Amino acid sequence: MSAPIEDNRHWPLYEVFVRARGGLDHKHVGSLHAADARMAIDHARDLYTRRLEGISIWVVPSKEITASDPTETDSLFEPARDKIYRHPTFYEIPDEVKTL
Amino acid sequence: MSAMPFGRAEAPALFRYVLRLGDLSLVLGQRLGEWVGHAPALEEDLALANIALDLVGQARLLLTYAGDVEGLGRDEDDIAFLREHGQYLNPVLAEQPNGDFGQTIVRQVLIDAFQLELYERMTASTDESLAAIAAKAVKEVRYHLRFSRNWLVRLGDGTPESHARVQSALDALWPYTVELFAEDELDRTMADAGVAPRLPDVHAAWARRIDEMLAEATLVRPKDRAHSWHGKRGQHSEHLGYILAEMQHLQRTYPEARW
Repeated sequence: MSAPIEDNRHWPLYEVFVRARGGLDHKHVGSLHAADARMAIDHARDLYTRRLEGISIWVVPSKEITASDPTETDSLFEPARDKIYRHPTFYEIPDEVKTL
Repeated sequence: MSAMPFGRAEAPALFRYVLRLGDLSLVLGQRLGEWVGHAPALEEDLALANIALDLVGQARLLLTYAGDVEGLGRDEDDIAFLREHGQYLNPVLAEQPNGDFGQTIVRQVLIDAFQLELYERMTASTDESLAAIAAKAVKEVRYHLRFSRNWLVRLGDGTPESHARVQSALDALWPYTVELFAEDELDRTMADAGVAPRLPDVHAAWARRIDEMLAEATLVRPKDRAHSWHGKRGQHSEHLGYILAEMQHLQRTYPEARW
């Protein structure tokens, strides 16, 4: 992997994940600029949780995220389309089970 | 209205004391609001606006309570917008100009640490209203200090340029901190009644906290000098006039304007 181009005029970009409440998982809510992870947490608090949106924040440097290649969408995801037996739709669900 | 520890005879003293607290938050909140649209980064713009709004929120609670104590039917807006220059009782540190970002941060650190030590103790006030306001404010102020302290350390322990700037801001603003802790008759009356903590106790805790932060930020604590500032008694620097002109303009031009 080639070295990323360092941009000294701007703080690096961070992706922000917020957990809305206990038991839920962290969800991606957006991104922001910060000089380091600690500042990113403070900024995330001010940008993304000012209306009681969360109880926990994760921040990840955007450059650390490896994304799937959009041009490979077909080969990555298409093969699952005709394999409906992978969905658990063939089970009888007892009435007593409420929260499935 | 909840119980006051005082009878009506002492209400004017309590009124003045609550104004000191409310005006500190109001004037500092107004100052920080000037950064909106001008901060070095969008993220800092929002952070400063959040802090400004917290402070204005504290001012609303305190000035509303001051109006109750006064008993003349004045509400928060009457008190915030329709007083004269000499009737504001904030310490002059709060009205000092924003300067560069470093100067704003230094002023913020000095006041955040003061409010934190003050409000932590005031949660045990014999005045139920002040105890409740302090309990709410202390959570906000703890975050304000986290923000301002982080920046103080970044700038102080940063580049030679940023270090020189915050050190010179600290040298310029330090003389005004003396007034925060200059205990007068009103402060003593409130402490004797258990309404407010004793200022020397607040001062000692504040100084310990500030020394720790300055050490981490590699900044030098300036020497204390005799002061001649009496914002707590209504004698202000020229800066307050400009703040009030801007802040009161709308209410004075369109009396009783509402959103």
